[in-house]
Amino acid sequence: MFILKNILGTKCLSNEAITTILDTADSFKEISTRPIKKVPALRGKTIINLFFEPSTRTRTSFEIAGKRLSADVINISGPSSSSVKGENLIDTALNLEAMHPDIMVVRHALSGASEMISQHVKCPIINAGDGFHEHPTQALLDLHTIREAKGSLEGLNITIVGDIAHSRVVRSNIYAMKTMGMNVKLIGPPTMIPQGIDKMGVSVGYDFEGVIHDTDVIMMLRLQKERQSRYLLSSIREYSNLYCLTSKILEKAKDDVLIFHPGPVNRGIEISPDIMRSKRSLILTQVTNGVAVRMALMYLLLGGKNDTSN
Amino acid sequence: MNSAVLSEQDISRAVTRITHEILEKNKGATNLVLVGIRTRGATLAKRIVKKINDIEGLEVDLGVLDVTLYRDDLSAGKQNPVIEKTSIPFALEGKHVVLIDDVLFTGRSIRAAIDALIDFGRPASIQLGVLIDRGHRELPIRPDYVGKNIPTSKANRVQVQMREDDGKDEVCIIDTLTIDNP
Repeated sequence: MFILKNILGTKCLSNEAITTILDTADSFKEISTRPIKKVPALRGKTIINLFFEPSTRTRTSFEIAGKRLSADVINISGPSSSSVKGENLIDTALNLEAMHPDIMVVRHALSGASEMISQHVKCPIINAGDGFHEHPTQALLDLHTIREAKGSLEGLNITIVGDIAHSRVVRSNIYAMKTMGMNVKLIGPPTMIPQGIDKMGVSVGYDFEGVIHDTDVIMMLRLQKERQSRYLLSSIREYSNLYCLTSKILEKAKDDVLIFHPGPVNRGIEISPDIMRSKRSLILTQVTNGVAVRMALMYLLLGGKNDTSN
Repeated sequence: MNSAVLSEQDISRAVTRITHEILEKNKGATNLVLVGIRTRGATLAKRIVKKINDIEGLEVDLGVLDVTLYRDDLSAGKQNPVIEKTSIPFALEGKHVVLIDDVLFTGRSIRAAIDALIDFGRPASIQLGVLIDRGHRELPIRPDYVGKNIPTSKANRVQVQMREDDGKDEVCIIDTLTIDNP
């Protein structure tokens, strides 16, 4: 039974909850291939997308997910909201709640923003990325895509490469992948791997080529040039020489290795363009599955009586 | 108290008769498709498709529908049910669609199924076949093909078991009052 009120992170999701979400997403995927891509399940429900950071994929994905379930979706972006007039985050959330939305989807540059809002409003909150903290829907769509391609998750080896320190995608993925019994290896420049992250049950390394032979999934991360990345590297070219996924490195990997990237991609910096087009790359499948996973979460969160204590 | 109303042989005869009625009414199996409502309806539809193949030598398209997302009682205070996969991998335009369900009761899931089907295309007609019609309709819906009419009280539950899903073929009436007060 699915009894969560909010989706703030994958840290608090059990194996059963993740399995329910992925199974439900499996069934929802077909809706997007119908001639009429819409079902009436959430007719009369209102979903507010509150995005204080730029986004193409995630915001569109949430909007499409809501609309395919017949919910009314309202988008609010940071620069066009009253936050520029000085309204604080809680007041913005309380004012939106006064208009009776059924779900609020929140993205904010500050870690913990979604959780703070969830403590002040009654409607369910879905965290669409908060600072360096978590991005649970991205991790769930990654798991969904891996499970779809490999059949199951237990025992799979995944190597995650890049700016671990600033990646909320990595944190959500580590929690969820450990819960599902996967082995996680982190690779990146020492300045981008936080001290003590091995306490999360992952192994850490700095040599990309050396670890790739037994991995089932390679997940490349975006070099976040808008965050602190440029202070942590001597040069982008050096980073690229050591950590860019090229066909030369891929020769050492298993034939059926899967390649992931949460997007947006810096072509040629973290992954070479020819690999993005190869059939081992599931980068666009991740985007397709993102809609199904978000539909599943909306359906499950609005499933009648929820345990409000979360 | 449970009482069996249809045995394995009864179910087999009903399926055979429904198959013949479908073929008679539609003058054969050309332009015919079957869509079963999950879970037992889909199993029944599969058996009818096999019977049609035995009689006419034609492989009729078979679809499976989960009507949960079209129900009118979603978020009516209960936990949302698990969604199963819907699969209608063929065009419905110009086809005579026979919708198959195990039990016809209020008619609400058939209403949901008709809405869902129409979102997949514009069939030439939609017909309805059920194994059990137990009465108590709340919508103006009637079946074209019925295995057996069984008068029930609203407190009864009709339990259809199919070999493929439950290990045996049987239809029982369960008196829910005696379950609450044994």
